[in-house]
Amino acid sequence: MCGIAGVIALQEGLPPPSLDDLRAMLGALRHRGPDEFGLYRDERAGLAHARLSIVDLATGQQPLSNEDGTLWVVFNGEIYNHLELRAELEGLGHAFRTRSDTEVIVHAWEAWGEGAFVRFNGQFAIALWDAPRRTLVLARDRLGVRPLYLAPHRGRLWFASEVKALFAGAPDLPRALDPEGLAETFTFWTVVPPQAVFQGVSELEPGHLRVVSPAGTVDRAFWSPRYPEEPGQGFQGSAAEAAERVRAALEDSVRLRMLRADVPVGSYLSGGLDSSLVAALGRRVKGERFSTFSIRFEDAEYDETAFQREVVRLVESDHHEITVGRRDIAEAFPAVVAHAERPLLRTAPAPLYLLSRLVHQAGIKVVLTGEGADEVFGGYDLFREGKVRRFWGRQPASVVRPRLLERLYPYLARSPVAQQGLAREFFGRGRERWREPGFAHQTRWQGTAALQRLFTPALRARLGGVDVTARLLADLPAAFPRWTPLAQDQYLEARTLLAGYLLSSQGDRMLMAHSVEGRFPFLDTELVDLANALPPAFKLQGLDEKRVLKRAAAGLVPESILARKKQPYRAPDAMAFTGPGVPEWVAAVLEERAVAEAGVFDPGSVARLWKKCQATGGGAQFSNADNMALVGVLSTGLLHQQLVRRPPARATDIHCRTTIDRLAPPAGPLPPGQQPRGDTHGHPAAR
Amino acid sequence: MVTQQRVRQFIIENFYVQDPAELREETSLIDGGYVDSTGMLELIAFLETEFGIQVADNEMVPENLGSIGRIADYLRRKAPGVVQR
Repeated sequence: MCGIAGVIALQEGLPPPSLDDLRAMLGALRHRGPDEFGLYRDERAGLAHARLSIVDLATGQQPLSNEDGTLWVVFNGEIYNHLELRAELEGLGHAFRTRSDTEVIVHAWEAWGEGAFVRFNGQFAIALWDAPRRTLVLARDRLGVRPLYLAPHRGRLWFASEVKALFAGAPDLPRALDPEGLAETFTFWTVVPPQAVFQGVSELEPGHLRVVSPAGTVDRAFWSPRYPEEPGQGFQGSAAEAAERVRAALEDSVRLRMLRADVPVGSYLSGGLDSSLVAALGRRVKGERFSTFSIRFEDAEYDETAFQREVVRLVESDHHEITVGRRDIAEAFPAVVAHAERPLLRTAPAPLYLLSRLVHQAGIKVVLTGEGADEVFGGYDLFREGKVRRFWGRQPASVVRPRLLERLYPYLARSPVAQQGLAREFFGRGRERWREPGFAHQTRWQGTAALQRLFTPALRARLGGVDVTARLLADLPAAFPRWTPLAQDQYLEARTLLAGYLLSSQGDRMLMAHSVEGRFPFLDTELVDLANALPPAFKLQGLDEKRVLKRAAAGLVPESILARKKQPYRAPDAMAFTGPGVPEWVAAVLEERAVAEAGVFDPGSVARLWKKCQATGGGAQFSNADNMALVGVLSTGLLHQQLVRRPPARATDIHCRTTIDRLAPPAGPLPPGQQPRGDTHGHPAAR
Repeated sequence: MVTQQRVRQFIIENFYVQDPAELREETSLIDGGYVDSTGMLELIAFLETEFGIQVADNEMVPENLGSIGRIADYLRRKAPGVVQR
């Protein structure tokens, strides 16, 4: 895993990119790839690469080129099927100099052009620079595991794995939070690509490629999710056959991710079905011990230790644990936000930040996780809630149907909402529109958007009539209305939260903060295609979630893991920032002047929120709204403090192992007094 | 303080209302996103302590609790001796 960055000229007459700017970008990405740095520069373009060496440790340096040095690539990620693609490309006459998957990318582009990316089974963010054609190609994997941000600025296009590298490379790039990005965050829980949370910055959408050439810019999807559109389509076999196929596909996926690495691979273990199954299959394909890593919580409500240890006994792993308390979350949170680079409404990323530190300390660079299973196999409560609410919507006057909600949320039985009248208000609102897109998500989106009442009048005025939900629902695939309701819900869940939150704020960013690469067996191309083709009842059978996966896991994971009720991964939210011993930064961020300066929230409303949260104190129950509001206000304040107000740091100590500088004078004896800096100059053939 | 104002003050402080003018007598507390399901518990607990009443299960309906105006009407019916106009 790595970090990439670069800049190209979009117009004539600009000076060539500066090596200092490229090095500054690398400085901002150092955590992503501390092992080696590399640069490429010519008259119009600069590419930069920070490497975390995992495959082909000896010769996998980047930037890397084709045979004649006209096509250059920087790449963050893994192409798991690189061996198969390489054999195919060699058959087509391409000659390889290294063993790396990076080299496969340049030859695949030469051989197949835009058709190359759909052949990659992997996670990637790629920048290819075709110097003679003055063409930049950017591409991002299907589901958005690897990030890529863009900012056009003063006649150039800047791009990087993280926004902080854009700011470091182009310090005169304006830094400001984007009103629509904030409205999306305080609706969907995150921005949805291409929207970013910073003005003037965008995120390349998952499964997209962008070609920037003298002829103009083209952005298109090379892949998009598909589901059956009518009964005769999709998987036609039995439930037992489906489980068998899922098990085989998942095992293949784990094998590719466990074995295709030149360093040891570990595994995260939450105690739930998904990560337990990955660990069990990991043991099976590896045939020997490996390291597992778990988060324990001091607060019993969130803790899953007993289940984790049961799996450890089964797979006989070298197990590592970290116990996370409320203060740990509060202390880590500023760094968590700086890495996530977006407001957070939950603290759940913080324990994952602490966990990747444990992995790093154990000397492991790669971990498998269970992320993605709930999206792909229909595991979320929201899918079950959507099913009940649609069932109710078909008979809106029914008093029996809404009682199914109590099966989803047992707490409802003890809450005033158990009463029919209130249940109708909270869950039944708009149930007559049960056929419309976004129906299942509206409860969540509306509840979250209500927090926008904390926004300042000025921000609300700037937002005017922007309706981010309507904007999203107006931009759905043409086939969307023909998909089953579950497929529609799965699509929207992945579109709004997979790349923007789970794979970034709880994934890439927290992992890469400590130079750890995550690999996601449930997001394997073939497994996703198979899962999407399955009938909805194989995923959500009645109200029993991930049915086919449980069947596939039978005999592989302990019985107790199969039988346990699904526990969503959560961490203490508002309670992490209240009670005794709260770090000083909390009060500083909530101070009236700081809130006013950030310009997002009304200081008076924040003061009332803070007063209420303090009164609720450390132990008591916070409402969902208070939890999201406090965490959202704190994270937005930290984001403003660290990425907007503070000028970007420009590293000056980046020493590149690889420097291909097409502007450098031909190599010769160094002038007296000038020392080489360990860089190699000129064509890589000289390396 | 009159009943309606006490209820209004509680909602402003506890559901961090920025502009009290936006909260009218008939503003829906649930539709407007002011009170979520846990917030409803907070509101009921407040009514019970503040006005010395017991809110029965079958009274937990939007007709009684859905807006400041409805809450005030409910309180007048429930505890006519305690609440003031």
